[in-house]
This record gives sequence, structure tokens and C-alpha cells, in this order.
Amino acid sequence: MNLEWLGRQFDNIVFLLGWHVLLAVTPLVLGLLIALPLGWWAHRSRRIYPLLVGVAGLLYTVPSLALFVLLPLVLGTKILDPLNIVAALTIYTVALLVRVVADALESVPEDTVQAAKAMGYRGYQSLLKVELPVGVPVISAGLRVAAVSNVSLVSVAALLGIPQLGSLFTQGFQLRFFTPIVAGIILCVVLAMVLDGLIILLNRWLTPWTPKVVAS
Amino acid sequence: MIKFENVTKTYPDGTVAVDGLNLEAPTGKLTILVGPSGCGKTTSLRMINRLIEPTSGTIYLDDQPTSGMDAALLRRRIGYVIQHAGLFPHRTIVDNVATMPVLLGEGRQKARTKALELMERVGLPANFANRYPWQLSGGQQQRVGVARALASDPAFMLMDEPFSAVDPVVRAQLQDEFLRLQREIGKTIIMVTHDIDEALKLGDQVAVMRVGGKLAQMATPSELLTAPADEFVADFVGRDRGYRSLGFANAAGTVSVSEEPVVHLGASAAEAQAKASGAWVLVLDGARKPLGWAQPELIGSELKTEHLNLSGTSASASGTMRQLLDAALSSPSRRGVVVNDHGELIGTVTASDIVRAIEAEPHLETAR
Repeated sequence: MNLEWLGRQFDNIVFLLGWHVLLAVTPLVLGLLIALPLGWWAHRSRRIYPLLVGVAGLLYTVPSLALFVLLPLVLGTKILDPLNIVAALTIYTVALLVRVVADALESVPEDTVQAAKAMGYRGYQSLLKVELPVGVPVISAGLRVAAVSNVSLVSVAALLGIPQLGSLFTQGFQLRFFTPIVAGIILCVVLAMVLDGLIILLNRWLTPWTPKVVAS
Repeated sequence: MIKFENVTKTYPDGTVAVDGLNLEAPTGKLTILVGPSGCGKTTSLRMINRLIEPTSGTIYLDDQPTSGMDAALLRRRIGYVIQHAGLFPHRTIVDNVATMPVLLGEGRQKARTKALELMERVGLPANFANRYPWQLSGGQQQRVGVARALASDPAFMLMDEPFSAVDPVVRAQLQDEFLRLQREIGKTIIMVTHDIDEALKLGDQVAVMRVGGKLAQMATPSELLTAPADEFVADFVGRDRGYRSLGFANAAGTVSVSEEPVVHLGASAAEAQAKASGAWVLVLDGARKPLGWAQPELIGSELKTEHLNLSGTSASASGTMRQLLDAALSSPSRRGVVVNDHGELIGTVTASDIVRAIEAEPHLETAR
């Protein structure tokens, strides 16, 4: 490790990290917002569920690099536009979370849903005040997978020259210089762990009602 | 009053769940729908608050047809209790109970105050208020379910197998408490159960339904036992009808109670021997409450708790003939212990005393 190089490049690395966070987190939030109504739809209809979950699974198998290159053609954006990355990762997040949201709503005990209806909750009231809050643990489990997956997928965009931590890999390979590569890997792992931890904390804050698991 | 007028529910596959049901649940009374599975009792219940829509016919709530009402608003007028309580796992007990008042637009603080009162009313300690449902036993959850249904003080209540998911001891306790509560609050209730004993114990009137969704008989519990309308009802009401109907026969004043000599703990063998009639002597505590029976010949120096035989039940003098007869049959001395409302000894009766009283009065006055 060349610490002196790291010191010189500090500002640039922080800049790359900032972009990495932005490119990973924005699609996570957008993807969740899109997946909520889609997941609800899949949960509601027995016919829609296999269709939506099937299409979502297919989308997830499209290689990220192919998507990064294809999207500008569809969106009319420039190939270097970071918007392409946001759009692509939003698609992956939605693909992961549609099923998660549907399963989260499915995880709410039938008795609870029936009780809400029988007490006079309207459909949207039951969804917002009962079903979604009770489904939070399942949704945040899915969100954790999506967050980590986004952090790793963003680095692929380095091949297109969009600045983020992946740029350290391309730089390192071009210069046959390992310091940026190691730094990039460590920062990616740390970022993934921090996002994961934040989602765990958020989940804990939203669900004070779940049975506490006794640490063994 | 809740009234069914020619209500039929047919499913698209042709299954007839409920067939031309006519039924009236009077105001302030507990009406029970009972029958084997597939008799349409739960479907009937769920048509009242329109969780299921009737295919034809009309259901009235205090003479207003429910079909024209907004379903959500209709449901908010009716308390609803289900088998597994169906509590909201993400809300504390006090907020679960406050659900209906909050839904009806009451302030959260006011609703919580009301909820705390109700919790006390159904026998839940105040320190449960901030717990979550998973921290409560099934029986406790069911109490929360009842409190939640009562929180908006609805005139009507629907209960779907409310006590069947808990063990028999807790069930009996919940039933007794619920009867006491209903005597105070006098709601118009329709309850569904598959358990004929529960129906006979709780119902002011019982509607027996048969498979295919038809009403077989609507009657008071004692009428069901003494005058079943047909073979199906007789069969469903079950065995031991004669003995069980004694559970509705008032014991007060029908049987003469004999005086019983008694001893207290610490008595010597000789004292016990002197008081005993036959092989057994009745032992009381300091407050004249019966503790059990003892055999003087087995007492060493003095009478201790370990000498007591606890097999006998005791019957209240104001209770039913069934309790009286059971006290006599379960007692090792064959003399049944009779106590007053405070649990203090009045005397004893024998099975033959009771049988004689039954034979003398073929139409015993019912206890309700």
C-alpha cells in the first residue's frame, strides 16, 4: 500500500465515494417507491403475482453492463450520463423488491387483516396503517440485499467512465498499481456494511414491536 | 335488534351456504348460532357486517336494512371479536384497544384513557398497557380482543368462536367473566360457536343450524334440552340431556339441607371420631368454609391438611340442581356440601334427597 499516494489522492477518493453513495442510494429509494405499488398489486391478484415476479426475475438476469449501454438508446441520454446508472439500478432494485413487497404483505397474519376490515378500516387505511407497518421486517430484509447489490453494481459503471469507486479499479489496472484497487475494495465493503447497518437501525426504529431475539 | 329476513348466500360454484334464514336477535340479548361445520353459521355472522354480501334477502340493524349503508361505516358501529383475537402485532395493548375510538376520530389521549378503563373491566392489569401482543398468552390476547370490540361502546357485537382457541380452564374463566360483563353492559350480541355446551352456557337464546344453512331450531337453552324440535337437534344437543338440563334448574328451596357436624384442623382423633357420621367427617376452616373430608380412623394425634380428601365439589344453595347433584356424587361421604353465597357451610344433601326433589317437581323452574 502506498500511503503517500492515498494522501495525495484523498480529495479525489472522497469525491468518488460521494458519487458512489449517490449512485447506489438514489436507485434504492426510487426502486422501493416503485416496488411498493407493484408489490401491492402482485399481492392483490393471484394472476398478476406470477407475471410480475417472473418479469422481475428476468430483468434481474440482464447483465448490468448491457443495460448501461442499452439504456441511453431507450432514454435518449448520453452514454456518460449518470442518469443511465440510476435508471439501470432502479430497474434492478424494483426487480428485487416487487417480490419482497408482495411477500411482506402476504406475511401479515390473515386474522389481523380480517380484524382491520371488520372494524371498518377502508382498503387504503388497512394498507397504510396495518399491512405495510407489519410488513416492514420483510421489506427491510429485502432492502438490505438490494443495497449491497447496488453498491457492487455501481462499480461496473467505471467501465463507462462514470466517476465512482469503481474508477479506482480501472485506474489501478491501467497503472499496474495496487493501492487504488485495495482502497476501492475496502471502501466498497465498508460502504455496503454502513448501508446495511443503517437499514438494520431503521428497521429497529420502525418495529419496536417485534419479539426480541435473545443473543446466544 | 339484528334481524335476518329470508337471507340466502349462494356461491358461484352453486354451494348454498345459508338458505332462507329468518332470525331475530333481540336488543340487549346474547343470541348464539351453533351447528356442525358447514352449517353456514360463520357466513351468517359475516353477512351482518358485510364481510360477505348476501345473495338475496335483507339484514336489518334496528330496522334499517344494512344493504344501503356504507360498509366501512356499518362495521364501525359493530364490535367484532374473532377466534385468535386478530390483534395488531405492531401496536401496544392500549393502542390495540383504542383502535375503534381513534378510527372514529377521537383524540389519541382520550381514546387511551378510555382504553385503560376497558382493560381494567376485562381483567387486564394496567401494566400490560405498553406491552405488545406477542408478550401475552392466548387467553390474555382474547381479553384484549373483547376490550377492543367494546372500546367504541357499540350497540351491537359479533363474536366468531371467541373462546375456542384457548385451553378449557381459561375458556371457562373467560366465559364466566364474559357473562358477568354482558349482564352489566347488555349489548345486542350474536356469537358463533361449534360447541353446544358453550352455547347452552352463554346464550339467552340459541339458534341451531343444520348443514345447508337452514335454521333447525331457535329456543332458550333449557327448551333445547327439554324439547328439541327434531332428531337432528336432539342429536346435536347430545347425550346426557337429562342430566345437563339440571344445569338450568334452580336449586333454591327445592331440596332440604341437613345439618352436618364439623371439626376444624388440629382436632384430635377422638374428637373427629365423635363428630363423624359413618366413616367421614367434614373439616372447616376458621371462616366456616369447607376444606374437605377426613376419616377419623386415619388421623394420628391431630387432624392435619394431609388427612383431607379433596374430591368433593361444593354447591351453592342458590345454584343449580346439577351442581347440587354433582356435590353429592363427588363427595367421599356421599353427602354433598352446600354453601351460601359467601362460601360458608349451610349443610349437606344426599343424591336421594335431590332425586326425590326432582321427582316431586317434573317441571323445575329454570335458573335464568
